[in-house]
Amino acid sequence: MKSNRLKWLAAPYGVWAAGFIIIPLVMIVFYAFTSQETGGFTLANFDDVFTGEVMKALGLSLGLALVSTLICILLAYPLAMILAGMKVSQKSFIVFIFILPMWMNFLLRTFAWQTLLEKNGVINTVLGAINLPPLEIINTPWAIVFGMVYNFLPFMILPIYNVLIKLDQDVVNAARDLGASSFQTFWKVTFPLSLPGVISGVTMVFIPSLTTFVISDLLGGGKILLIGNMIEQEFKQLNNWNVGSAMSMILLLFVIVSMVVENKYDKTGEGTAL
Amino acid sequence: MKNKLIDLVNISKSYDGVTVLDELNLYIRENEFLTLLGPSGCGKTTTLRILGGFERPDHGNVFFNGNDITGLPPNKRQLNTVFQKYALFPHMSVAENISFGLKIKNKPQGYIDDKIRYALKLVNMDGYENRYPAALSGGQQQRVAIARAIVNEPKVLLLDEPLGALDLKLRQDMQYELMRLKNELGITFVYVTHDQEEALTMSDTIVVMNQGYIQQIGTPEDIYNEPQNAFVADFIGDSNILDGRMIRDKLVEILGVKFDCVDTGFGENKPVDVVIRPEDVELVKPEKGILSGRVTSIIFKGVHYEMEVHANGYDWLVHSTRLQEVGKEVGIYVDPFNIQIMNKPESTDEEAVPVEE
Ligand SMILES: Nc1ncnc2c1ncn2[C@@H]1O[C@H](COP(=O)(O)OP(=O)(O)OP(=O)(O)O)[C@@H](O)[C@H]1O
Ligand SMILES: [Mg+2]
Repeated sequence: MKSNRLKWLAAPYGVWAAGFIIIPLVMIVFYAFTSQETGGFTLANFDDVFTGEVMKALGLSLGLALVSTLICILLAYPLAMILAGMKVSQKSFIVFIFILPMWMNFLLRTFAWQTLLEKNGVINTVLGAINLPPLEIINTPWAIVFGMVYNFLPFMILPIYNVLIKLDQDVVNAARDLGASSFQTFWKVTFPLSLPGVISGVTMVFIPSLTTFVISDLLGGGKILLIGNMIEQEFKQLNNWNVGSAMSMILLLFVIVSMVVENKYDKTGEGTAL
Repeated sequence: MKNKLIDLVNISKSYDGVTVLDELNLYIRENEFLTLLGPSGCGKTTTLRILGGFERPDHGNVFFNGNDITGLPPNKRQLNTVFQKYALFPHMSVAENISFGLKIKNKPQGYIDDKIRYALKLVNMDGYENRYPAALSGGQQQRVAIARAIVNEPKVLLLDEPLGALDLKLRQDMQYELMRLKNELGITFVYVTHDQEEALTMSDTIVVMNQGYIQQIGTPEDIYNEPQNAFVADFIGDSNILDGRMIRDKLVEILGVKFDCVDTGFGENKPVDVVIRPEDVELVKPEKGILSGRVTSIIFKGVHYEMEVHANGYDWLVHSTRLQEVGKEVGIYVDPFNIQIMNKPESTDEEAVPVEE
């Protein structure tokens, strides 16, 4: 930003950020530290947060988010590699296939899977018709993981793919030239250089997985409560904005911690990668 | 000289239907310093990539020591490459870059450390072990790339314009270092450049390429003194290239004036290309010249003056250590021995005739 005049271009976003990011955050902090009854300062809301039930939900959320992030990496990396190695003409079609679901509404997609996975849903009807045992996945944590992977996988593929296509092919060739097998070349050169993509993919999968309540609601049958569901309950069913805000702050803490960790790795990665 | 170490036989390569190399034949002898020289886009890098194993030819075979290695992956080939754009590993320090190949081959740490030190000294980069490529200048990166390749003591070193990013002084130093390496380690060099002076200085053999065809193969002296066609003559050094007509053996007509020459066997009244090097054009008194004309410009070039003389409708390029004056009337004399006659290409396609050795 050399020119002062350019700064004004950021003004619309500044207004946006103030209205929809800063003010809500301030309100969350305000609610979290005030009593629902008296409206005065209190830490009591946090007592309701540090209970077994909420901590269990938080633990489960972290666990499921971690598992789905891992699955996403394992699925996305080979896919991104295949994509990056393709000719442009073939590539655009495949990329299109992957992006296609992203154009459909997120809720709609998840609803669709609910219908598909139901006890008497489409998939089990088909399985039954060909005398296979039914798939009993709906309303289990695995259904939630499935939903997370399905919804967030493209966000893992794209950043990895983006890094891989920008990778200088001669750097990879140089490793081969110096005697490395394709396996050694991958672990010593390609993978380390693609870490910035993996890390931004992790950010884009882990955080939405950690905070989701729609996927667990629809595919967990309302029986499996993640931290997102607990917060939603506080706000909408129990009408307790104060405890809800306190929970949000705890969740926010985790989001910030994971962002900081990822940012740190991303920086060291990026500085050397490109 | 020694045996053929590498033999490229009938190599063709095209990208998306565009032919880049067409039936290229070339062999490289052991401990030879062979330079591929040609204008940008003529297929030098492509030839090198086929040698290195990064690109497969559409047709043709690559032989190494008599064995067909056309399908052999790069890590199985006994050659190392210095890439045109350095291609250093950005996530590794200079020392890690240099030791990459040695670590793959599980060399002992002591040996590796010695090699790193030796290589850095060789390329004049002691003390840079722990720097990362992003913190090096283009020339420094290029030198690390050279160091990274030579520590492996390959049989053949492929270098793609390895000195392009260096300043004149450093480039000359590195040229000597590379030639010394070649002699000390017995490495065979395949060197790519579009700098004709560099090619003339360093090579045992020069391969002049244009548009995917080899124009001429020969020693630097051959290439400079006996260019086979106008392209080679024009590409190697400045030249006066004129349309001429061979009247009979040893007599050629240029710009309407008859010149004695030494070439024979072109036939009678045959159109030819005539090449005269600027340093072979002698400026004499007007009445003593074969032609006479007027000096139109003078540029000081250090060792000599570069002058243009307008005579018989042509601007002659003249290099001389004797200064003339702009506007002065001078005579032009050329020793018959210094007049190169070459056949005209028969059609524009033939501009790039494949040359069989
Ligand atoms: N991967 C590729 N895909 C398509 N065309 C290519 C590819 N690589 C090279 N070419 C084309 O092949 C021709 C020869 O390229 P090459 O890199 O061998 O040239 P060069 O002689 O090394 O030139 P320079 O001196 O500029 O490096 C060029 O016209 C180039 O555009
Ligand atoms: Mg090139």
